[in-house]
Amino acid sequence: MADPGESKKDEADYKRMHSFPLIRHTDMPEEMRVETMELCVTACEKFASNNESAAKMIKETMDKKFGSSWHVVIGEGFGFEITHEVKNLLYMFFGGSLAICVWKCS
Amino acid sequence: MPTKQRQNVAAVGQIPKPNVLKPSKAASKKKDDDDSTDVGDGVEEWTQAKTLIKPRDQLELTEAELNEEFTRILTANNPHAPQNIVRYSFKERAYKAVSMVEQLAVHFSLDGNLLHKDSDEARRQKLRMGGLEGPTHIDSPAAEPADNMETEEHPGTPVPAAGDEGADGEDAPKLKERKLTNQFNFSERASQSLNNPLRERACQTEPPPREVFSASANQWEIYDAYVEELKKQQKLKEKPKAPASKKEEETPSRRRMGATESQSDDISKLAKSCKIMERMVNQNSFDDVTQDFKYFEDPADEFRGQEGTLMPLWKFQQEQAKGLAVTALCWNPNYKDLFAVAHGSYDFMKQNRGLVLFYSLKNPSFPEYLFSADSGVMCLDLHRDHPYLVAAGFYDGNVAIYNLKADTPQPSFISSAKSGKHTDPVWQVKWQRDDMDNNPNFFSVSSDGRVVSWTLVKDELVHSDVIKLSFSGTTASGPEGLRLHIHGSGTAFDFHWQTEYLYLVGTEEGNIHKCSKAYSSKFLDTYEAHSMAVDTVRWNPFHPKVFISCSSDWTVKIWQHDVKSPMFVFDLSAPVADVAWAPYSSTVFAAVTVDGKVHVFDLSVNKYEALCQQPVVAKKKTKLTHVEFNPVYPILIVGDDRGYVTSLKLSPNLRKMPKEKKGQEAQKGPEVEVAKLDKLLALVREPDIQQGETESPTHRAEY
Repeated sequence: MADPGESKKDEADYKRMHSFPLIRHTDMPEEMRVETMELCVTACEKFASNNESAAKMIKETMDKKFGSSWHVVIGEGFGFEITHEVKNLLYMFFGGSLAICVWKCS
Repeated sequence: MPTKQRQNVAAVGQIPKPNVLKPSKAASKKKDDDDSTDVGDGVEEWTQAKTLIKPRDQLELTEAELNEEFTRILTANNPHAPQNIVRYSFKERAYKAVSMVEQLAVHFSLDGNLLHKDSDEARRQKLRMGGLEGPTHIDSPAAEPADNMETEEHPGTPVPAAGDEGADGEDAPKLKERKLTNQFNFSERASQSLNNPLRERACQTEPPPREVFSASANQWEIYDAYVEELKKQQKLKEKPKAPASKKEEETPSRRRMGATESQSDDISKLAKSCKIMERMVNQNSFDDVTQDFKYFEDPADEFRGQEGTLMPLWKFQQEQAKGLAVTALCWNPNYKDLFAVAHGSYDFMKQNRGLVLFYSLKNPSFPEYLFSADSGVMCLDLHRDHPYLVAAGFYDGNVAIYNLKADTPQPSFISSAKSGKHTDPVWQVKWQRDDMDNNPNFFSVSSDGRVVSWTLVKDELVHSDVIKLSFSGTTASGPEGLRLHIHGSGTAFDFHWQTEYLYLVGTEEGNIHKCSKAYSSKFLDTYEAHSMAVDTVRWNPFHPKVFISCSSDWTVKIWQHDVKSPMFVFDLSAPVADVAWAPYSSTVFAAVTVDGKVHVFDLSVNKYEALCQQPVVAKKKTKLTHVEFNPVYPILIVGDDRGYVTSLKLSPNLRKMPKEKKGQEAQKGPEVEVAKLDKLLALVREPDIQQGETESPTHRAEY
């Protein structure tokens, strides 16, 4: 009886503790990185259940702020190999289960 | 067919116009009138607004005059036309008055190039143009006129009128486009301007740099990353917990410092590696010299008997020091390869600037430190316990402390006229042991006859006069009974390494005073040592009673401080600029003379002559000024008055230790050295005991 309860608690704990954005790889300058990260967080929180909308929002906002053409991938599991413009890549985890990759390549 | 029809219509429409339009004439005319008046009014209004300029010669009229009314009747009669013309009438055979008088007067006439559109000329032109343009309007107007005729046919309206309207509507734009021209005074001209040549130009920018990045994301990777990150954060949290409170206070200032540091950091990092590179390059280019310095032992010494040689190693020079004499040399007590050089000038007439340089044997091509001064630097000394403190004395009488740790080209502390600087050149400075409050302090001696103790208290140099040198007569009576105090001029001094209060002062007059720090008015003893200025006095580093002095009177003398006359006298046949005891033997010393020679003596080997007497300067006129033994390595450095410092290696004969006797252990240590010198002194002293004190008790070793 105790096990499922504990595991549930663990899960909640995990979710709570792992909700912060974690940057895995980036070569952006400091200012840009912070801005992009905040944008990703906002988008993923706004469209918690719809990754596509979140990705679209991030892409469009990035296009506006830093010029086209930005590409965004959001998902729980994927592999990728991309060519990006130097100083324009951000690969981060968010919310404990989401991976977000934002890059620019025009 | 269509063209014909159209032409017909046009002809019908235009030719009979005045007649055909009669039914609607009244209405159209009224319209015309309205139009014309309208236009005319508009024009008048428009012009009136613009033409209110008065002519310059207009009469000034009063209101009354302006209001005056003149009634004039304008008639169509020509006033100049004669009223009474008579003509002869042949019919009636009499003169008869002509009733019809011509009233017309022509003032102006101009031939116009416009044609009335109803005139024959116009009609002919129109026909011609119509013929030309005909083919262009084949299709479109073909049906239209017919349509128009059908649609606009009203009962009671004559057919031609409708056709007329249609034709008018058709032709009007065309007539507007083409002005009808008078064939007699119209000409057409055409020209074309030059077209600029076109040129193509293209360039391509480099595409922005790109990189390839690949990774894969899945749940377990994300989980692992988060767990790792959390662990890291926890560790960080645990660490700064203790000093957290302190850190918070410090952060702002530290951040500011961090910013400045990081800026300078890059350069300083670079500077460090540059320095290493520089040394590597120097090591390569001076490889042979370094090898000699370390390993070369002159094999010829074995066959040379007692004599030895000096082998020149590196030569130190610096662009800025060119022409500035070397006024002092001092080895760093910590780093055995580092030494300080002071540059100034001994020439009273050529005083300008000074330099303090620090050279390392590891980098002979450029000084490690460089300080420049406005006045010639005459002496310097490195603190024994804090080798970064450099005391320097200047020609203008100031003393200063340079701090190698502080990264400024200015001295950290300098005396001033207020704080008791010397009034004459400072000839020597010497650090003392830190005083009871652990304040660093040093002594200085100057031509103004004062020996001054300087103490560094916090941020100030505090001075106190230790002694005032007085000439043997102390006072001389000047004219008118004035008593003049004639002071002695100190040129050199040295402090005893064992008896702390004891020190020697050499003077310009040639006397050497033995003084105590405890008495500021009296000398313990005075040696009438030389006949010219004493250049250097130095205590023997092993024997506590022996000191050496040299002078411009060509002599080097060795003294026992409790005997008033010298033990040894050496005449070097040139003014002696400096003399130094060797650090490895009590009986070895080196002297430099102004004729460019270095003399090395070992009393235990030869009491009369130098083992080595070697010119070391390139040019004949160069004078040597100073000499100093390295405390560890068998080399000495020699400075000259051109600003060069030469390092010389002592050959094996010059640093021979007493021979080891078979079966005995080699004796070493200060006691042995003292005994060795004592033995020599005893040899010299012996006759003095026998002969008494009336005769010269010295053993003269002149050559």
